Amino acid sequence: MKDKKGVAKVGNYWQQEIETASREQITKWQNERLVNTVKRVYENVDLYRRRMDEAGVKVEDIRSVDDIVKLPFTCKQDLRDTYPYGLFAVDLKDVVRLHASSGTTGKQIVVGYTQNDLDIWDDICARQLVAIGATKADKIHVSYGYGLFTGGLGLHGGSQRLGAVTIPVSSGNTARQITIMKDFGSTVLCCTPSYAMYLGESLEQQGLTADDISLKYGIFGAEPWTEEMRAHIEKKLGIKAFDIYGLTEIMGPGVAYECQEQSGMHVNEDHFIIEIINPETGEPVPDGEKGEIVFSCISKEAFPLLRYRTRDIGVITHQKCACGRTFVRMSKPMGRTDDMLIIRGVNVFPSQIETVLLQKGYSPNYQIIVDRVNNLDTLEVQVEMDENNFSDTVTGISKMENALQEAIKSLLGVAAKVKLVSPKSIERSIGKAVRIIDKRKI
Amino acid sequence: MSVKQLSIFVENKPGQLAEITSVLAQNKIDIRAMSVADTQDFGILRLIVSDIEGAKAALSSNSCVVSVNSVVAVAISDKPGALMKAVSVLSDNEINIEYMYAFITTSGQHAYVVMRVTDNERAEELLCKNGIDLVTQQDINNL
Repeated sequence: MKDKKGVAKVGNYWQQEIETASREQITKWQNERLVNTVKRVYENVDLYRRRMDEAGVKVEDIRSVDDIVKLPFTCKQDLRDTYPYGLFAVDLKDVVRLHASSGTTGKQIVVGYTQNDLDIWDDICARQLVAIGATKADKIHVSYGYGLFTGGLGLHGGSQRLGAVTIPVSSGNTARQITIMKDFGSTVLCCTPSYAMYLGESLEQQGLTADDISLKYGIFGAEPWTEEMRAHIEKKLGIKAFDIYGLTEIMGPGVAYECQEQSGMHVNEDHFIIEIINPETGEPVPDGEKGEIVFSCISKEAFPLLRYRTRDIGVITHQKCACGRTFVRMSKPMGRTDDMLIIRGVNVFPSQIETVLLQKGYSPNYQIIVDRVNNLDTLEVQVEMDENNFSDTVTGISKMENALQEAIKSLLGVAAKVKLVSPKSIERSIGKAVRIIDKRKI
Repeated sequence: MSVKQLSIFVENKPGQLAEITSVLAQNKIDIRAMSVADTQDFGILRLIVSDIEGAKAALSSNSCVVSVNSVVAVAISDKPGALMKAVSVLSDNEINIEYMYAFITTSGQHAYVVMRVTDNERAEELLCKNGIDLVTQQDINNL
């Protein structure tokens, strides 16, 4: 079937000279761009200037990529503390787009892009599309959510840049997704891996098979997935499935991209420097060793984070890839160093749920149960009932339950089921409470 | 006039009812009437008991979520049409019944009906005017 659909051969580049540049050349770019970025953020961003002064690091001390370890780390809290525009390194009049993602206490984080930043983003997403074999002739079906979330507009930009037929479907309404796929002849699907699984199942339920649609490739990211899921999606949709990595703070999707070798994701090293560190000590760890992924933006103008701790655990390798690309490869994220959950592609912190519970007058004794049912993540919040919230009628309690569900959904952007349980039934632990039970096999 | 009812939150899982009834038994509390409202995840156990304060204290100290509220109780004769007469009085006056349950005793010819309505006082007034016997807390205690 893949032959029938004509999967292209290895060795497709969007910007061949860059993607296959020598290590020497990549280092040269990185040295130059890092030095410029450090100079720029020191001049324009209070937080960086203060941090560098405190650490006794001068702009002149950063002369090459080897000096990056001298720079202080940044973390998500810094984005919250400087909300909304404190980390912007350009004047707002030069910013042409904002994106945002939710934060722990209801305060979201916001990032900005200049036109140049968007051009770079479009290019790196186009690199992803071309690397898997897509061409101008393809019809790119973007089922990531459009809006403040970076998923939709990120791949949309890449598809436009490539000159492919862009289908901006956005997320939701599965029946319509399938109709569009079938009628418009979508050839590349971009969405979360769990949604791809769900689309596969829905296709079957409608009495259709992979032969009834024209999909050839899929680009899936924004949440963890396994090789087993990849095999399953490939079979159900009759495609080759590829991994993409990104995060709002750094750019959005496309920070790293998988090629047809399906053996790790190439980090766009002309724009980002990746480091793997020991999360306890902050010291770098060698190639092949697990650690926390840290990114620095070296070409971004509006929002150039330096040494940003992603909290994702991963591994990198500088070994040569058969595709000819020279960019370092990173593994899929293998876990987190914090308690962040990714539910249907949305980042969720238990503390966000706690905030809502307390606001609504519920007990702070709760537990979050995450599962995957019919390939969709489910989020259940178990809360202990107490006398303040109790009523003798079912309608009374249901009303409160619904109000709580609504409040959680509006803060997290993802639906949760609230389950009221008996007082003292949630296990009390000595020390850190067990707040999360993740039953997903990923 | 109205009667006190005990409502208890019951999570929908095995052993919950056994636990509650054993607390009541240990405290020598007699259950006069009961009903359970159930949803997928939880239920509300509603009880009319011999000692409302004692029962509430005992259950609360055993980590149950309990509330006491007023319900309207009527005694109707144990024959066809009697209940219809009582509920018609309410429906004719647009009083909504949230829930109800009935019980009988070994002694009399009466059936007792416990009702949670939108407006207790008005319901009692209307029932009384239409010749339906209201049951008081005292009556319950004497049953």
